[in-house]
Formats: sequence, C-alpha cells, structure tokens
Amino acid sequence: MAIDITMPQLGESVTEGTISRWLKQPGDSISKYEPLCEVATDKVNAEVPATISGTLAEIVTGEGETVEVGHVICRVEEVSEGVDAVDENKESQKAEKVQVKAESPKPATGSMKHRYSPAVLRLAQEHNIDLEQVEGSGRGGRITRKDIQELIDSGKEKTEAPIPMTVTGKAESKGAEQQPSTPAPEEESGDEEIPLTRVRKTIAQRMVTSKQEAPHAWTMLQADVTGLVKLRNKLKDDFKKREGIPLTYMPFFIKAVVDSLKEFPRLNSVWGGDRIILKKRINISIAVATEDALYVPVIKDADEKSILGLAKAVHHLAEKTRAGKLTMDDLSGGTFTVNNTGSFGSVASQPIINHPQAAIISVESIVKQPVIKDDMIAVRDLVNLCLSLDHRILDGLIAGRFLNRVKERVEAYGPDTQI
Amino acid sequence: MPILSYIDAVTLALREEMQKNPRVFVLGEDVGVRGGVFRATHGLIDEFGPERVLDTPLTESAIAGVSIGASVYGMRPVAEMQFADFIMPAVNQIISEAAKMRYRSNNSWHCPLVIRAPYGGGVHGGLYHSQSVEKLFTGIPGLKIVTPSTPYDVKGLLKSAIQDEDPVLFFEHKRCYRLIKGEVPEEDYTLPIGQAEVKREGTDVTVISYGLTLHFALQAAEELQKEGISVHVLDLRTLIPLDKEAVLQAVAKTGKVMIIHEDNLTGGFGGEVSALIAEEAFFELDAPIRRLAGPDVPAMPYSPPLEKEFMLNQEKVTHAIRELAEF
Repeated sequence: MAIDITMPQLGESVTEGTISRWLKQPGDSISKYEPLCEVATDKVNAEVPATISGTLAEIVTGEGETVEVGHVICRVEEVSEGVDAVDENKESQKAEKVQVKAESPKPATGSMKHRYSPAVLRLAQEHNIDLEQVEGSGRGGRITRKDIQELIDSGKEKTEAPIPMTVTGKAESKGAEQQPSTPAPEEESGDEEIPLTRVRKTIAQRMVTSKQEAPHAWTMLQADVTGLVKLRNKLKDDFKKREGIPLTYMPFFIKAVVDSLKEFPRLNSVWGGDRIILKKRINISIAVATEDALYVPVIKDADEKSILGLAKAVHHLAEKTRAGKLTMDDLSGGTFTVNNTGSFGSVASQPIINHPQAAIISVESIVKQPVIKDDMIAVRDLVNLCLSLDHRILDGLIAGRFLNRVKERVEAYGPDTQI
Repeated sequence: MPILSYIDAVTLALREEMQKNPRVFVLGEDVGVRGGVFRATHGLIDEFGPERVLDTPLTESAIAGVSIGASVYGMRPVAEMQFADFIMPAVNQIISEAAKMRYRSNNSWHCPLVIRAPYGGGVHGGLYHSQSVEKLFTGIPGLKIVTPSTPYDVKGLLKSAIQDEDPVLFFEHKRCYRLIKGEVPEEDYTLPIGQAEVKREGTDVTVISYGLTLHFALQAAEELQKEGISVHVLDLRTLIPLDKEAVLQAVAKTGKVMIIHEDNLTGGFGGEVSALIAEEAFFELDAPIRRLAGPDVPAMPYSPPLEKEFMLNQEKVTHAIRELAEF
C-alpha cells in the first residue's frame, strides 16, 4: 500500500513550493521524520520530512517543479504490519458513511406547482400565459423563470382567448374594446378600479360606434319660449290635479319636434350603408339618466299622441327606467332622439347621435334674459335648441330649416293655446 | 504579458505610483527593512529609501493618524495594516477622522489616503490573523472599500486608490497572495473604483462575490457546466461604492441569486446586496435570494479541521449553487 506524501504548508500565505533537491531516490528505505527533499518557497527553504516509514516508491514531482500545497510529491510504500487490517477498517468506515448519506433522504417537499415566483408571475402576465397549462421543471414541479422564458422564446405560449363581446349589429364590429390605438392607461397607487357593468360596456360601445361612424355636425338656435312658460304655469296645477302627473316642458318640445319631422322626413331616417332609409313611423327616443347609466326608452308613434299623451308616455318611461323595469321593446325602434339636457341646468351641449339615427336634439335650460323686442329691452324666457346630425344623411341647410320649424312651433305656444 | 501573483501586483502598483509621484510613500510595521511580512513591500526601501518606506512602531492608531495628517498636508500615504485583524486600534482614526474630513470641513480638507490590509483565512492563521473586517466599514459613508480578487484588478485598483482624493480601504485577501496568478500588463493602467465585472456569463444562477470566494464560484461554475448548469458570475471588486447597475443586470440574467463571501453571514455585505435586489429587482426574482457566508462564530479556529469547516471551498459552493439551480 503506497501512501501519498504531499507538499506541506510551510508558512502563512504560502500556497506552493518548488522542489529544489530530492534527498531520497526511488527504492531507498525511509524512516519516519527523515528528510525526503528540500523545498523552496517565497519565504523559506525547508526540508520535507517523511510522515511514515517505508520505501520510496515513486517521485511524482521532479526537481525544479513548482506545485501547490497539498499536491502529491511522492509515494512511499509502507512496511509496517497490520496495514491491511487498518485499511479494511478504513474502507468499511467509508462504506458506512456512504450508506448513511444515501439513507438520509431530502426533506419531502410538497407540490410547488402553484408557488409562483415574482418573475414567473410577471412574465406570465406580460405574455398572457395560463400557468395552469405550463409544466414546471423546478423542485416539486415548480414552474421556473427559465421554463416560462423557453416557452416565450419558442413562441408557443398558450394565450387566453379574448372574452368575446356581445355583438349586436354589423355596425358595432368596431367596438370600444377593439380599439387598438388606445394605450392602456397607467395606474398609480391609490387609484381605484371599477369593473365595467354590462350597461356601461354597451354605452361605451355604442358611443364609440356613433362617434367613429357618423361624421357629426352641430348647430344651435335660440328660441323665445316666454309664451310656453306662461302656458305651462297656467295649466300645471290643474293638470297635476286632474292627471296625477306633473306637467313638464318635455311634451311640448317633443310635439314640436314630431310635427317638424313630418315636414322634414329626411330627419327621421337611418343610414343604411349604401342607402338612406326614411322611416315611416315616428318613434321618439328620450334620454333618461340614472345615477350610473343613461337609457333611451322610446315613445312609439309619437306623432299620434297629444300633449297629454306625450306627457303620460314620458312620465311612464321615466318611472320604468328608474325602477329598472324597462323591456327590450321599450328600448328599441327609435327614429329620432330628444334629449332633455336642460333638466340639469345645461345651456348648450353637443349630443352624440343615437346610432343609427340621423340626428338628435337637445333642449337646454329655459333662462330669463334681457332681449331686444320691438326695439325695446324686454325680459324673455329663452331656450337653446342644439342639434347634432349625421352629415352623411343630412346637410346643414335642411337641418337648419328643420330646427327653425321646431323653434317657430315652440315660440308659437301662448297662454291661450289649447292642449 | 507577464504572469504575476496577486501580491506581486500589489508591489508593482506601489512601485509604479512611487516612481511617478514623489508624494506617495508607504508606512507600516516591518514594511521597510523586512519588506513586509507577506513581502508586499519587498525591495521598495532599496529603491526609494527609508524616508519613503517607513517602519513604524506597533501602533496602528498612529499609522492611521500619521497617514491622515500627512494626506491632509498634501502627501499620498499608503499605510499597511500588517493583518486586517490589527486595524481595530485604528478604527477611531479611520471612521471619526478620515471618513469625515471632507464633510466636516465643508470640502476645505480631504484625505487622499490608502490603507492596505490583508484579510481572510485559510492560511492557518488562527484567531488574530484570519478575520474578514470589511463589514465593519461598509456602513461608514466617506470610505471607499476595494476588495480585488485578481492580480490584474489589484494593480489597476490599487493605483486608482492611490490617485483617489479620498480615503480608500484596500482589502487584500491573504490567501490569494500567492494562490492567484494572472496576466498583468506592464503598462501604466488604472481601473475605476466602483465598477463590478462579469467574470462569466450564465443563465441558471447568478453568483455575486468578491475576493477569495469569487474563485470558488468560478471553479464551481466550471464544474457545474458539466452537469448542464450555467452559472453567471459577477465580481463586485469594489464594495463601496457598490455598482448597483451591474448587480441588477446580473440578477436579471437568471432570477436566482447567490451572494457569497467569507465574512460572516450576519451583518455581512451580502445582506446589503440582498436588500438592494429585493427593493429594485423584485419582479426579476425566481427564487429566494441565497447567501453563502462564513458562520456566525467569534473567530476563525486554529484547529485545521475546524478551519476547514469554517472556510468556504469549491465543494460547498458547488453544492449550494446546484441546490439553487434545482429550485
């Protein structure tokens, strides 16, 4: 059994030594502590003593060679008895050690499949990867960042199917959600996220459709409704008593609009892509706001209704809207929209057309103002009438004429008008 | 290009700077006639004379204090602490005077001073000759702390340290002195203080280290390459100022970070690097940040088996990196 003799550590920071001279040659017998060779280091010159007795079997590092501390420099054949026994003992110890090592299992780790690291979550979100579908190569099946990176690099990430929008018409194919040019807004800490309700989504979609599809033009006229104000003031108490509902200005304006629509049927039409469809029925959509949404229920065949009938229809639809009891029938079939923006104090607005109608009118607040009438300054009740029109269907001239007829009609009301 | 040992690079840098600038001088215990106990100043006294190579009394507080005074006066002292362990009596001078001189005098005075100190174990030095002391200073603003790991970096960074206008602690791992050899250009070059270096590109685990343990990491990386584990290795080279950008870039390479140093775990500089990563690279992380460091025991044991147990080595580093790679 040959024992390795190694380069000894001959001082602090000494990491290597150079054999300057061998004092023994292979075959020489050696007694313990007898010098084997001379070694030179940066700091000292020293002799390397034998650590055992025996015969020098082999010189590994020749004279002049420099080797690291711990490197074998020669081998000595040991001569003492009982070597085998010692060796055997050593071997069996070694074996035992190995066995012990093999038997101590690693602590069992539970499944790591759903333990996602920050990097994995970030990458999965950035690349729309469904982590449930990914095989993890980490400990306990954990998905590693490298797993995701390889998936992305291979271009095979399983993207989630986008939630389909309820498409209600061909014209709505360019919905709000499919707007590619809109960058995602940046969210800061403290910002609140409000998930979209179905109604909000529909409103968003319809507004985008209308604004994108219909080239909006806008015009406004001022009407003197001093007579109408007097008329309503005269009638309203009796009306309330008799009919059980308040008399508002709305039915008068709707009546004026409806009568003018009969004169200008072009306003009561819809865009049909390659043609314009003039609607025979006059169904007036009225805008009714609730706290978080806007509905446009429809007064069917408004031209067949009197002021009283219109008042009842408006009241009825408003009640139904606020109670959340509108039916699909209440909401469909409108041909023209009257918007009562004056109800919240507005004096001018640019309404968005209720797609696919041709135009929309806003009735603003009635405000007392000094005006010149018959070369005298007078206090009159004035109202702005705002009209947005689809310029594909209508031009300014016809829209202006229509709006003027509405103005004439509302100005014609007086304290003695019969309703 | 000549191959030099780590300590020869120290001597070369000192010699070149002393030749170039007559204001540069060295001082310390046995640095003159003896040439330093590690031979770092070997031959300097013959070339520059005893006025520029000063053998001092065994009084580290005086070595630091004299250096501070001389530097404020316009000299460029390079002080040697014979062992980093011996720096303790000089700590008051270093922290309360040198580190604060520029700040306290509102920029009127400054200390262009270098303190060299051999640190670290693995040389059978026992309790008083093996300590890692860098963490005692990393939390002191006003000091620069350089911990090179290769002869090339030693020369470039020591020359930068001597030319620096503020106090620099230059920690040399004494086990590296004659163990680590490498090419060192003969020409006059410097390396910027505060710049880390990628020693090896990899994709599975990022190892951040400095000094002797960096070499264990490189050896481990070589070993693990055979198993298909690719290790990215960053040598910090300078602890203060820390090259944050390089650290964050290295983290982004793999998302699995192991910080290795010989200084003990608690309060070691790895904690600071770890905090930086947690604060600024959270979404890059794919595994908990691991630190591999010396154990929290009072000192390096003298007993060889215990010293071996205390010291990191290639096997321990390889094992730890493999564990992290498998996570």
